[in-house]
Amino acid sequence: MNRLAVRELALLAGLVVMVGLIQAWLGTAYTLRMLVEASCYAILALGLGIQWGYGGLFNVGVVGFVALGGFASVLLSYPVNEDFLNSGSAAELARVGLYAVLGIAVVFAISRLHRLGVPRGLCTAATIAAAAAVYLVVTTALDPVAGEIEANAGFVGGLGLPAWTGWLAGGALAGLVAWPIGRICLGLRSDYLAIATLGIAEIIKAFLKNADWLTRGTLTVSPLPWPVPTPDEVGFVWARAGYLCLTAAMVVAIYVLLERAYRAPWGRMMRAIRDNEVSAAAMGKDVNRRRLEIFVLGSILIGIGGAALVSFVRIFDPAGFLPLNYTFLVWVMVILGGSGNNLGAIVGALLVYIIWTLSEPAALLLFDALRDLGDAWFGWDAPSDLQSRALQMRVFVIGLTITLVLRFAPRGVLPERAPRHEQVGPR
Amino acid sequence: MNELVFFVNKVLVAGTVIGSIYALGAVGVTLVFGILRFAHFAHGDLMTAGAFAALAGAAGLHALGVSTPLPIGFVALPLAMIATALLAMGLDRTFYRPLRERGARPIVLVMASIGVTLMLQGLVRLFAGTAPRSFFTGERKDIFHIALPFDLADRPIIVTEPQVLLVLLTAAAVVALHYFLTRSRLGKAMRATSDNADLARVSGIDTELVARTTWIIAGGLAAAGGTMLSLDVTLKPDLSFSLLLPIFAAAIVGGVGQPYGAIAGGFLVGFAETLSVFNWSVLLRVLAPVLPETVEIPTKLAFVPPEYKIVVPFFILVVVLVWRPTGIFRGRVL
Repeated sequence: MNRLAVRELALLAGLVVMVGLIQAWLGTAYTLRMLVEASCYAILALGLGIQWGYGGLFNVGVVGFVALGGFASVLLSYPVNEDFLNSGSAAELARVGLYAVLGIAVVFAISRLHRLGVPRGLCTAATIAAAAAVYLVVTTALDPVAGEIEANAGFVGGLGLPAWTGWLAGGALAGLVAWPIGRICLGLRSDYLAIATLGIAEIIKAFLKNADWLTRGTLTVSPLPWPVPTPDEVGFVWARAGYLCLTAAMVVAIYVLLERAYRAPWGRMMRAIRDNEVSAAAMGKDVNRRRLEIFVLGSILIGIGGAALVSFVRIFDPAGFLPLNYTFLVWVMVILGGSGNNLGAIVGALLVYIIWTLSEPAALLLFDALRDLGDAWFGWDAPSDLQSRALQMRVFVIGLTITLVLRFAPRGVLPERAPRHEQVGPR
Repeated sequence: MNELVFFVNKVLVAGTVIGSIYALGAVGVTLVFGILRFAHFAHGDLMTAGAFAALAGAAGLHALGVSTPLPIGFVALPLAMIATALLAMGLDRTFYRPLRERGARPIVLVMASIGVTLMLQGLVRLFAGTAPRSFFTGERKDIFHIALPFDLADRPIIVTEPQVLLVLLTAAAVVALHYFLTRSRLGKAMRATSDNADLARVSGIDTELVARTTWIIAGGLAAAGGTMLSLDVTLKPDLSFSLLLPIFAAAIVGGVGQPYGAIAGGFLVGFAETLSVFNWSVLLRVLAPVLPETVEIPTKLAFVPPEYKIVVPFFILVVVLVWRPTGIFRGRVL
């Protein structure tokens, strides 16, 4: 047994003891909730972990893909909104959709005109003009329809399909959004990918928050359906236990598949590209295509994990997607757990999430104590928003953790273990 | 003509103001990107921190009983610039330089800068609270109404004192930067390091001195941009994330490592934002008597609703990355 295996076992044992203590202290229902959320974060961490650990890609838009996953769940599995279907708006919306599809077809056709001998420059100019015109027509047609839907039906509602279809659609939607971003940015250095993912996350958030006709915006949508019996049917403990079984099974399945991929020729090629791009390219590997693969795959996992996470909370609140709670927390999990090590990502997710949930009451307690001390000793008049400020302490700690880990333990708690292949045949 | 005045107020004035802010930020980003070779994500928070330093300085001056004809936040600006330059140097020394010396990959520095972003954000909100603040609590903001001399327009062009100061400050910063980079020894060394760091080092250029200077310039300009933006509107602690994308877009449009490109890019992004949220039907309405009856002018005709303004810099960024990743001024693609 080597030292790393000992460390893995020790960490797992420590986690089990920690969970046991929390169970004794705060009760079973609370512990189960924490574990379900932690396992959803583990899926996010696995998705981000392969992007960073296998591909060396820096994705700062996790929160956007999580929001997309949640949105897909709402759209597919939320009950059908009868008001919307029975009003005339549904047909109107379909008409606008038809306009959009037709417009995109026209723009695409114009962009292909150069094959018929039209000069390139003219073709590009015509494409841009057509795209702008289509965009203006579609948005002006959509505006009144959206207003009508908001006034008469609230929002479009869902399709009423089973919850798991929403999760899969969440993954698909996240992958669909990731693909063009990857296509544009992966040929350049990863800094550009970081900037672009940051931007796309902000745009997704702005869209979900302001498209009231589609998502109810700040009014939030609830309750989202579960793929397992809900607390209303079987009580908190059993419902959460069922959900935990599902998410834990997903984590295990994803972990096993990723480990297989890592040891397979595909994983070896990914590591070769990550470690030495030039020599991998010289060996005939299509670097950008492989990177695009890993970026889309990771984003799909993040979308599925996001759908599971949002469904568990049962409220889809577009204003609640803060980069800190998703993007940066998941980043801490990945780099603390050990980049390139999937078990590290899972352990990091559980460990960091447990500490994160406990840090909220801890920060409030600390600052209350500080206020009392300051008041008693110096007559300090604490600001009235001390509670909301106290929670900002956690932002600072997350940032400090990232910088410290990068500087002093860049390989994380469980470093990557490249599989050794036995030498076959004579040297 | 009133419509034209409306256009000037909504597009020309607003675009110049926001463009200057973006330019001040983008110069720092492009210098760091070009010389230290990583995308510095903490720049937005450097701007916020600079604005809070100016706020603290203004409060201090106010307590001392200083009263000036200029806004007191503007008078405190030099102090804030020095403080932020020191902060930037300190951040480099504690967080970025050790990684650089270890030979870490550039992307690790980007991650470290995100860690620094969160730390700055946490500290600013811990000490200053989460509510927006105004510089103009003890004094009045001067607003100039410029009435036009001819009779066609009865609406005045409106500019505020901070806006005038901002434009003057940006112009002064651009001129000073130009002379520094082209005439001084250190400025030439900076340009050399930006062009080819290894060659600069073997030619005997002290690259650590160059790095320090870069941080001083970037920090000072960031403080100026942040303070002037807060003087123009209000000081919001969550300023940084909304500033980050336009600033990066400006730096990349202008060409990474090209300070003049960053200034041009800043104005380009600023004007693109104001032009695309502008309600064009105001101008089209003038044409109504000329147009045939059948053409109906919609009451609202903007390219992007104001709540989706963030799409504009992103769109510019994508277009540049697709068509010309070197930027307008032929910068580098790292």
